[in-house]
Amino acid sequence: MIRFLLNRLILIVPTFIGITILAFAFVRVLPGDPVLLMAGERGVTPERHAMLMEQFGYDRPIWVQYWDYLMGIFQGNFGISVSTKRPVIRDFLTLFPATVELSACAIIFAVVLGIPAGVIAAVKRGSWYDQTLMGTALVGYSMPIFWLGLLLIIFFSGYLGWTPVSGRIDLLYFFPAVTGFMTIDALLSGQDGAFVSALRHLILPTITLGTIPLAVIARQTRSAMLEVLGDDYVRTARAKGLAPRQVIGQHALRNALIPVVTTIGLQVGVMMAGAILTETIFSWPGIGKWMVDAIGRRDYPVVQAGLLLIALIVMAVNLIVDVLYGLINPRIRHN
Amino acid sequence: MSTPVTVADPNAAPKISPLIQLREFWYYFSVNRGAVIGLVVFILLVLTALFANWIAPHSPIQQYRDALLVPPVWLEGGRADFLLGTDAVGRDILSRLIHGARYSLLIGAVVVVLALSAGIVVGLIAGYARGWVDIVLMRIMDLILAFPSLLLALVMVAILGPGLFNMMIAIALVLQPHFVRLTRSAVLGELGKDYVTSARVAGAGHFRLMFKTILPNCLAPLIVQATLSFSTAILDAAALGFLGLGAQPPTPEWGTMLAEARQFILRAWWVVTFPGLAILITVLAINLVGDGLRDALDPKLKRS
Repeated sequence: MIRFLLNRLILIVPTFIGITILAFAFVRVLPGDPVLLMAGERGVTPERHAMLMEQFGYDRPIWVQYWDYLMGIFQGNFGISVSTKRPVIRDFLTLFPATVELSACAIIFAVVLGIPAGVIAAVKRGSWYDQTLMGTALVGYSMPIFWLGLLLIIFFSGYLGWTPVSGRIDLLYFFPAVTGFMTIDALLSGQDGAFVSALRHLILPTITLGTIPLAVIARQTRSAMLEVLGDDYVRTARAKGLAPRQVIGQHALRNALIPVVTTIGLQVGVMMAGAILTETIFSWPGIGKWMVDAIGRRDYPVVQAGLLLIALIVMAVNLIVDVLYGLINPRIRHN
Repeated sequence: MSTPVTVADPNAAPKISPLIQLREFWYYFSVNRGAVIGLVVFILLVLTALFANWIAPHSPIQQYRDALLVPPVWLEGGRADFLLGTDAVGRDILSRLIHGARYSLLIGAVVVVLALSAGIVVGLIAGYARGWVDIVLMRIMDLILAFPSLLLALVMVAILGPGLFNMMIAIALVLQPHFVRLTRSAVLGELGKDYVTSARVAGAGHFRLMFKTILPNCLAPLIVQATLSFSTAILDAAALGFLGLGAQPPTPEWGTMLAEARQFILRAWWVVTFPGLAILITVLAINLVGDGLRDALDPKLKRS
């Protein structure tokens, strides 16, 4: 087991270095002078230009700059935002919980609906249920989620007036951010209605962000179940007279879920991309909206650090999923 | 019902003609009702795109100043000359949607051609050369796949500058590793087979071996992946357009139309609804065809 873990850890080292090189290169391939770019339209005097070049180390060889950049990352130094003048990592850490909260809700939404839908479709293969569920899943899979979000706003916020249009909580509630998760902070604050307000703000973004993972999980669960249902041990379980519910729930599903766990893990990358769109639509103050705003403001230190941090998070989650997969599936571990 | 034209007696027909192959393919494809519907919709979309100038009732960029935010014809206040209503500056939405089909299909086609051809070349080289070439190329592909694709495309477009062309390059680049991986693994699977060895013994050069001997036998998974990438490209392009980084106004690209319409969502639902519906229908049709192709081309599922 330890060897398996070490193996996986060594495998991510080249990926890690590659990600940092790419993030580093991204800003350096920008046409033009980095200092002029930061100065924007105001421009800078030649003396100040030279000073800044030296201060940021742009006058040194490229590989020295990369090495400094890499060392900076290890010390948690991801640069300074041009627009807020704060360390990028601090802004990131303030906004990240909002994205985690939203993504967690979306994943729960997708798993809770997707797995049963996949199981039902597989068990009733070819039936009306199967066709409807899989048809819906394909529509969900093809959905431009930024449009779905807008439609949800039109219907539930505009027409019915049930849900708020944007933000994380009604403005009349104010309490300190203890965890950064609005629902938990609202509960901790003890203010009447704050928790409900936070939940109401979560509903539409959750559906928007969760739709594609939901469709993917439902399709994957169905095909994994179909594969398992034909296996010998399922036939054995049936033959020894177990109730269909037991056969499906305890024998088939448990094994079918193994590949589904990987699929759920892979959705984290999808979620990060989806968060960019979802957070933009619902003005959700997370890292997706932060990135889009930074691109709009040409705040390149933020774009660079955001790209790097998101890639590192996706890499870390994939590693965890990989290890978990090894834990629940010994066949992989010993390979 | 068409009869299955599979090769009943392999000795009688040692060489399967392309026509028979095509008919066999169609037999398996047409079993899937959804795939056929998707194909019909897709062909209609292509025709719409080709003849947009003749079909569209108005110019896509003509602004009718006396008809701002006119609702669709079946609603109160709708006008017969604007079937799906007009947008905030008085442009006919239906005409813009019809012209938008051109952009979406063009984007999809260009992205797939770029990603597919680059992916095949890199994949063939990696699989054929093996050794350090293979390792370096595949590490680079893993690296691209380590980033969420839309994020990487977004940052690339931000750096290259917004616009249709840069966007297509960015999307092609993030989709291309899938083709590389598929080609490489197919090549590795084929490389040890007898027909490759015999071609090599017969004196075929590297290029001939790669492109004429091995490649045609790896095509099935690539075709399926190309179809799926086509729809991904359209979705990602619309998303980038929606974020203001793709096609720029007044281009009637569907995602860009949605971005322009955002501020009117609570006043005029039709400006938002129809462009998104167009994206959904197009992507859905292509995905249906993709599913059908996968079933028809995947030999594991064939039970002949």
